[in-house]
Amino acid sequence: MRFHRTTTLAMAAVLSFGLLAACDSSDPEEPGASGDPTGAATDEAVTIRVAGLLPTADDAAKQQLDERVAAFEEQYPNITVEPEDYQWLNSTFTTALAGGTLPNVFEIPLTDGKTLIQQGQLADIDSYVKALPYGDDFNEKLLENGMDDSGTIFAVPAKSIYAVALHYNRNLFEQAGLDPDDPPTTWDEVRADAKKIHDETGIAGYATMALDASGGWQLAAGANSRGGVIEKNEGGKYIATLTDPAIKAHLQFLQDLKKDGSLLARADLGWGEINAAFGGGELAMYTSGSDVYNALVEGNGVTADWGYGLTAIPTEDGGGALAGGTLAAVTKDSTEAQKDAAVKWIDWWYLSKLQDKDQAIADASTRAGANPPQAVGTPVLPIFSEELYKENLEWIKDYINVPLENMTGYTDVMFEQDLVPEAAVATQDLYNALFPVVQAVITDDNADIDALLSTANEVGQTAIDAAS
Amino acid sequence: MTTDDTVLIQPRGRGSYKVHEREQGPRSLATWARRGGLSSLVFALPILFVFGVFSWWPIVSSVVMSLQESNLVDAPTWVGLDNFRAVLTDPLLPTVIRNTAWFAILAMVFGYPIPLVGAVLMSELRRRKGFYSALAYLPVVVPPVVAVLLWKFFYDPRPEGVFNTVLGWVGLGPFAWLNDATWAMPSLVLEATWAAAGGTVIIYLAALISVPAELYDAAEVDGASVWRKVWHVTLPQLRGVLFITLILQIIGTAQVFLEPFLFTNGGPNHATETIMLRIYNLAFTNLGGNFGQATALSLLLAAFLAVMSLVYFRMTRNWSQT
Repeated sequence: MRFHRTTTLAMAAVLSFGLLAACDSSDPEEPGASGDPTGAATDEAVTIRVAGLLPTADDAAKQQLDERVAAFEEQYPNITVEPEDYQWLNSTFTTALAGGTLPNVFEIPLTDGKTLIQQGQLADIDSYVKALPYGDDFNEKLLENGMDDSGTIFAVPAKSIYAVALHYNRNLFEQAGLDPDDPPTTWDEVRADAKKIHDETGIAGYATMALDASGGWQLAAGANSRGGVIEKNEGGKYIATLTDPAIKAHLQFLQDLKKDGSLLARADLGWGEINAAFGGGELAMYTSGSDVYNALVEGNGVTADWGYGLTAIPTEDGGGALAGGTLAAVTKDSTEAQKDAAVKWIDWWYLSKLQDKDQAIADASTRAGANPPQAVGTPVLPIFSEELYKENLEWIKDYINVPLENMTGYTDVMFEQDLVPEAAVATQDLYNALFPVVQAVITDDNADIDALLSTANEVGQTAIDAAS
Repeated sequence: MTTDDTVLIQPRGRGSYKVHEREQGPRSLATWARRGGLSSLVFALPILFVFGVFSWWPIVSSVVMSLQESNLVDAPTWVGLDNFRAVLTDPLLPTVIRNTAWFAILAMVFGYPIPLVGAVLMSELRRRKGFYSALAYLPVVVPPVVAVLLWKFFYDPRPEGVFNTVLGWVGLGPFAWLNDATWAMPSLVLEATWAAAGGTVIIYLAALISVPAELYDAAEVDGASVWRKVWHVTLPQLRGVLFITLILQIIGTAQVFLEPFLFTNGGPNHATETIMLRIYNLAFTNLGGNFGQATALSLLLAAFLAVMSLVYFRMTRNWSQT
């Protein structure tokens, strides 16, 4: 078949311009016209995407979130909230940040706030946060993590502040003939109990995260509990201390567990994977943030009568519990109206329930009323003050459904125990340098700990120098 | 092309460009447009646009980015060849090169012959050839991520894991599979071979159809065994296809990413971290991303593969001509 030349040209032009038109993107949304953080932007119709639940969240958790979103949109009719599944992972976060696909409101580890602020990757939400009725009541030490050197606020502590603690399966303790109300308080006792559990039940007594930065994070927590640190400041210069004897001691502890046969020696256990393994009954003890019970209920089938136990991480030689937490931040390309809406959502979803009795009860009743119920009352460290935290627990006492009686090993000491902050510079890089060492130790009986730590220390120092 | 091609083309010579130009002189733009040049160009515009935007522009951008320090949010800064120096002195570079080479060798030893053997055996079948072809191709249609998750389940290191259970029946194991630095890489190659073999089998089967039946008949008359028919007839007739699949396999294995990323994330202790995974880690696991170094290493890999392909084509030029 032959086309007339004019027809041919017309067809080609349609094809070309059609394609060009298909590739054309609409104009980006104009920034808030007023630029006034507390004025006209408030009434402007605006849509924000927000970090929602973990990808593993069950239907009940989703229902609870939907209800809170509906209540928020009723309170602020001009704001539409679109929650997205969200789990902070070292690898995916950087990808989303670079690709500009993060939701307007997203969560980051407490320690990453300063770096992201320095790199100009967070929105300035100072005026909106200060306009909150409790804007001046934050625990100053925590809030500093979301401020730049001039004191401008770019992110606020949210969700929870935790200390690393020891989580254990009470049923496995009982099956092994151990008293679940008397959990181990030293690392030697952890080793002995892990061996007994394995010998009696055939199930691994202990496991550690080893995949990606989470492996380094938990090795650091182990080292901190033994009086060591992974980084120190010497006269204003940060030094990697990955050859610290406490780090070596904790690795030796893991190697001993492996030799005992009581370690779940899996290099592919990250934060989510170890929660799943614990919820699935594959291990008896592991360390993670004190608030991990929320995630276990939300996505791993753990319930109040499951047999969950929580106790403080064992400490020795002047060690303490590694503390950490979550900041809520706003994407830099958000309009003023979106920033305003974002801070209102942060207030609604994360913070007001800690400050306001009605909000606290509304949140707790929704969580407790979900089917199955979501965790209410999981012990965390206070974002504001200890008094307010305790008062908050009084407000919601009728809805508390976590097995607090199984958590006394932690709750009895949570305000008294020594807390160790995370490394100040290149934190994730140090964790990334450490996790291969953990993997080597738990998978290779002949791993040379000294050589591995020496290499990791070089990598860590290079990262610190680059970050400094 | 060789002189043979020239001989073939010249007799059509009315169309030889030089002759054409000498006879008619340089054509005007209007003549070129009238004779269909313009419509050809307009027809080509979509593909030029797509190719330019999605293929060449990213390549140009990565060359530029390899000379910059960039986190894709702030304005980049020029750093000259610093990124290349950094990746060439990266203490992990020898490890990831070694791991990539190890994957390529294992894939060559196990992954390359298996589809060939499978295709030859299938081509000998009298019945249900289509059924076996579909069976061989089935793994290719399984989404790669699903396949990896499936095999991760098989590689469960516990004694009750699928593979450990099966091997236990014959008194072997249990093995740690992905959690053992020695076995992790062969485990990845096993899954990669399973996932990719079907596609290559189909290529070989198609090529085998083109082998003239009289060659086998002649060999049979000469009393050749099955093995000698394969060695003296099948393989020489397939050498062109074998040559292409080999270079494609080498390039593919040098760029292996999916399996180490999804199975082990490079572990344990970097035992399965390949060059591509290192590039990914440089770009995406440091807060803010080290995109300059990642693109620098990408370019070095691309340059190496280009040079290696050229050398390979040159060395096997005679062998590949059928």
